[in-house]
Amino acid sequence: MFDFITFSWDGEFALRILPQLLRATLITIQATVVGFALAMVIGLVFALLRRGPRVTAWPAGFVVEFLRSTPLLVQLYVLFFLLPAYGVRLDAFTTGVIGLGLHYGAYLSEVYRAGIASVDTGQWEAATSLNFGRLHVWRTIILPQAMPPMVPAFGNYFIVMFKETPLLSAITVTELMQTAKIIGARSFNYVEPYTLVGLIFLALSYPSALLVNRLEARFARNR
Amino acid sequence: MHATADTAPTSRAPAPHPAGTDGGPQPIVVFRTVKKSFGDVHVLRELNFEVAPAEKVAIIGPSGSGKTTILRVLMTLERPDSGEVIVAGEHLYHKRVGDRLVKADERHLRMVRQNIGMVFQHFNLFPHMKVIRNVTEAPIHVLGLSKDEANDRAKGLLDMVGLGDKLDAYPAQLSGGQKQRVAIARALAMRPKVMLFDEVTSALDPELVGEVLGIIRTLADEGEMAMLIVTHEMGFARDVADRVVFFDRGQVAEEGPPERIFSEPQNPRTQEFLRAVLAH
Amino acid sequence: MGFDLVPILLRGLDITVRLTLTSAAVALVIAMIAGLGRLSPLRPVRFLAGLYVEVFRGTSVLVQMFWFFFALPLFGVTLSPFVAGVTALSLNIGAYGAEIVRGSILSVPKGQLEASVALNMTPALRMRRVILPQALVLMMPPFGNLLIELLKATALVSLITIPDITFRGVTLQQTTGRTTEIFLWLLVLYFAIAYPMTLGVRWIERRASAFRKA
Repeated sequence: MFDFITFSWDGEFALRILPQLLRATLITIQATVVGFALAMVIGLVFALLRRGPRVTAWPAGFVVEFLRSTPLLVQLYVLFFLLPAYGVRLDAFTTGVIGLGLHYGAYLSEVYRAGIASVDTGQWEAATSLNFGRLHVWRTIILPQAMPPMVPAFGNYFIVMFKETPLLSAITVTELMQTAKIIGARSFNYVEPYTLVGLIFLALSYPSALLVNRLEARFARNR
Repeated sequence: MHATADTAPTSRAPAPHPAGTDGGPQPIVVFRTVKKSFGDVHVLRELNFEVAPAEKVAIIGPSGSGKTTILRVLMTLERPDSGEVIVAGEHLYHKRVGDRLVKADERHLRMVRQNIGMVFQHFNLFPHMKVIRNVTEAPIHVLGLSKDEANDRAKGLLDMVGLGDKLDAYPAQLSGGQKQRVAIARALAMRPKVMLFDEVTSALDPELVGEVLGIIRTLADEGEMAMLIVTHEMGFARDVADRVVFFDRGQVAEEGPPERIFSEPQNPRTQEFLRAVLAH
Repeated sequence: MGFDLVPILLRGLDITVRLTLTSAAVALVIAMIAGLGRLSPLRPVRFLAGLYVEVFRGTSVLVQMFWFFFALPLFGVTLSPFVAGVTALSLNIGAYGAEIVRGSILSVPKGQLEASVALNMTPALRMRRVILPQALVLMMPPFGNLLIELLKATALVSLITIPDITFRGVTLQQTTGRTTEIFLWLLVLYFAIAYPMTLGVRWIERRASAFRKA
C-alpha cells in the first residue's frame, strides 16, 4: 500500500497509452496549424486597420488591447457558451481554433506593425517620388522588406500557441491534454498520461525553438 | 618591398631602448614572446616589448594591426595564448608557487592589475552613477578609501581636468570630450603606475579632441606615471612620447625616438604608413 | 446589466490577486537565480539552470499545473490546490523571467564590464555595482509584460478547483444560466486589472529608454 503511494511509474501502462496520446497529438497539431493560419490573417487585418483612419484605427486598437489583456481561457468560454446562445452552432474544435486565431491574431498584429515600421521611411519616400500606386508600393516594396524579419517572431508565436492548445481541453476538444485527462479519470492513474503529455510537448517544442533561434540568428546576420 | 613576417625584428632580443637590461632601471612592463590570435588572425606574433618606469610610449600603426590588443592583454581584457607579461616585477598571468609558474587566479590578477589603469575609446563611464561617483566608486570599494578621502581625491582630479562644476551631473549630460575627461580622472583616482590610453580621441568630434589631448599632455609632463598611448594623432604622438613604436601585422616593425621615426623611418612599411596618414 | 453578479465574481478576485502577487514574488526569485545560473562560470550550474528553463518553457502552464496537482500525489507529495497553482505558475513564469534576466545582463554594453575590470573591481563588485543596476532597468518593461501574462495565466487555476474569478464565473453560469452577462463581466474585470498594468509598462518603457539613451 505504502509502496504504491510513494512511487508508481508503470512503464507497461505508459507504453499502452502512448499510441492513443500520439493520435491526439495530431489533433493538437491540427488545431495549432489552423489556428495560426487564422491568426496570421486576423493579425494582418488588425495591423492594417490600425494604420488606417481614426474610425478604424481606434476600435481595432481597442479590440487588440482587450484580446491581449484577458485570458485565453475566458475567451474560449465566451465563444463556447455564447455563440450557441445566439444560434451559432459550431463544434468544439472549430470554436477552439477561432479562439486561438483571435487571441494570437491580436499578438501577431503587433508583429506586423513592428515589421512594417522597420522598413526605412526612405523606402516610402523613394516609392512616392517614383509615383507608384499605393497597392503597388505595399505589394512590391514594403511587404517584401517587412516580411523576412518577421519570420522568427511568427515562429516564436507558433510555438507559444502550440503550447497553449491544452486550454482547448477546457471546452472539450479531445486534443492531447483532454485525452490524457480521460485516460487518467478512467484508470485513476495520472502520473503516466500527464508526464507523457509533458514529454511530447517538450519533444516537439524544444527542437522547434532551436530552429527558430537559428532563423533568428540568420536574419540578424543578414541585416 | 617590406620585411616578411618570418624575418621580423621581433625575433631578436628585446630592443635596446631606455628600459633595456643594460644597467637602466627595472622595466615596469615586460612582454616576453607573447602570442595572441583570434581564429586564423595572428594579432600578436611573439611580441617582445618593455616599458621603463615613467616612460611615455606611443604606439602607432594601421588599424587592425593589433596595437589595441597590446593594451587589452596588459589590462587582462584579453588573455594571451602564450608568453609572459610582467608588471612591476610580477607575472601577470602566472604566479610563483615554489619555483614553478602556475596559472594566476583572480586574486593574483587583481594584485598585479592594481598597477594598471586604462582609458577607453568609448569612455565606458557608468551611466547610472553621477560623475563624482564614477570617480569615487573604485577607490572606495577596491582600494578601501574612506568616503571623505575618495571624495577629496575625486574633486581634486575633476578640478584638474576642468570639470569641478560637473560633480553631480550624469554622464549623459556631458559632451564627449567631458566624458573622456571624467574617464581620465576615474582612472587616475586609482593611482596606477602604468596608464593605458586606447585611441581615446577616436570617438570624439574633431573640435573636442584638443581638450582631451591637452590633459594627457599635462599628465605626461608631470612625469611619474608610465604611459602607453595607442593613437592616430601623429602630431600628438610626436610631442608627448619618449619613444614611438610602429606596430604592423602583429609585431613591432620599427621603434625609436619620435624625431627619428617621423623624420627618417627605416622600415618601408613605416614609410608607407606615415606617407598615407600625413598625406591629408 | 447584471450588476448583481459582480459582488459574487469579486469574491474570487481576492484569490486571483493573491495568486498573481504570490506567484510573481516567487517567480522573481527563481528568475534571478536561474538567470544568473545560466551565466555561471560553472558548467554544471549552467546546465541545470538551462534544463529548468527549457523544460518549463517547453510545456504549457496547464500541463505543469495538472502534473503538480494530479500526478505529484502519486509520488507521495500532495499539494493543496493553491500551492500546486502557485508552484506551477511561478516555475513557469520564472523560466521566462530567467531568460529576461540573462538577456538583460548580456545586453549591458561590454565596455561596462571592461571598465570595471580596469578599475580592478572584484567579480562580485562588478556584478553588484556596475552590471546589475543597469540590467535591472532593462528588465523592468519585459517583467511588467510577464506580470500581465501571469495575471491571465491565473485563470487556469479554475481548472484545479481554486475559486478564482474565472471559477466563480463558470459555476455562476452553471447555476444561473445568465451566460452573456457573466462572461462579459469576467472579461471586463480582467481588462480592468490588466489594462492599467499595460499603461504602467509603457510608462516604464519610456523612462527606461530615456535612461538607455543617457
